[in-house]
Amino acid sequence: MSFWDQALEIARVDMRIERRLGDVSRIVLPFAVVALLVFPLALGVDLSAISLIGPAVFWAVGILFGMQVALRQAASDSPERRDLYSLLGVDPAARFVGRSLSGSVLMVGFLAVLLAAMIVLYSPRLPQGWPAPMILGSFLAAIGLTELGTLAGEVTAGLRNRTALASLIVVPLALPLVIGGSQTLESLARDTGILPWLLLLVATDLALAVAGVALARPLEEASR
Amino acid sequence: MGPHIVLNDAGISLGGRSILRGLNIEVAPGDVLGIAGPNGSGKTTLLRLLATLIAPDRGGGSVLGAKLGTPEVYAVRRLIGLISHTPAVIGELSIRENLEHAARLGGEDPVRVETALRVVGLTEAAPTRGEASSFGMLRRTEAARLLITRPRLLLLDEAFSGLDVDAQALIDALIARTTEHEGAVVMVSHDEAHLADRAGRVMTLSAGRLDTMA
Repeated sequence: MSFWDQALEIARVDMRIERRLGDVSRIVLPFAVVALLVFPLALGVDLSAISLIGPAVFWAVGILFGMQVALRQAASDSPERRDLYSLLGVDPAARFVGRSLSGSVLMVGFLAVLLAAMIVLYSPRLPQGWPAPMILGSFLAAIGLTELGTLAGEVTAGLRNRTALASLIVVPLALPLVIGGSQTLESLARDTGILPWLLLLVATDLALAVAGVALARPLEEASR
Repeated sequence: MGPHIVLNDAGISLGGRSILRGLNIEVAPGDVLGIAGPNGSGKTTLLRLLATLIAPDRGGGSVLGAKLGTPEVYAVRRLIGLISHTPAVIGELSIRENLEHAARLGGEDPVRVETALRVVGLTEAAPTRGEASSFGMLRRTEAARLLITRPRLLLLDEAFSGLDVDAQALIDALIARTTEHEGAVVMVSHDEAHLADRAGRVMTLSAGRLDTMA
């Protein structure tokens, strides 16, 4: 079985498990939308302030709850399953790619729903021509966050309290993604050019992909 | 064909504690080696060493011609079948889906799944999720997986405990099938009677050391 066949098989099974358990669609996403709702309630009836903070709250809630999406595999991955994959001859890099693929699909869907909810709840003043940069920025941030979560899951595999430890790894390293994603919209509003921020997101995604693939084997061997 | 397993004075320490030491084993194609030992004697660690999942930190050896502790082992892992304490079954998938997943990842034709299910008597239970299956059903699922992947080296960790007579017969058939095809089997158990009935040679593991049984 080729590298990509292995990666796609792992992604396919991950998606099937998500469809059955609904970790993202039935647990994380509703709570994230509730979190979006809490901010306007706390601010009262100051509609202009609510409208102003909408995109910032979207990114804050998106990253915090998106971390749960990104780390869901770390929480469910058992040592027996990891051993089984090794003994079936699965390339650890293919496993990383497969999990990043399925996680990215879920994360993109998660951020898309969250974005729609933010627009409805906050009525933000968005600059003209916002949809394409906002969607592209969210898409790139979603991929990076998933890669980061998958990588953090691998780094902490076999450790006690791995979910908590993985979160501690993800939060600081997600900063380029938060900055790149949020500044894409800001730069559009200020008319200062969005390209540098999109490039920051692309570079971060690529760096995480290279690190994930290159470190997959050593991390798997070290986790036992 | 050379021996499937060679250990030369191999040892392992985990967490600063010596678990296995001075291990010398040679297992030829067609051999069934039994290793008896009490709980905590290092049996599971020994099987993980033979499965190439951990490397010796003293001495050396080879499994299926691959030198332990080197990247050579990555290529032979797919030829090793392991039944460990906890069944390696994905709970959220059905028994059939687990087998199809393993068949695809192992580069085998998923068509073999139906035959394997029939052989282990799980055709009716195939749609049952792993998390809703009994321990015996999960063991049968593992036996079915090994029928599909046809390992050359079969490693069994207390594989008979908790199984009914029919399921035990399945594991016996798996052992026979492996040895008939020039494979080798290493089984560990605290139950010496189980091993004596099935293994051509039984060794005892005590405090991390292997001895030939009298």
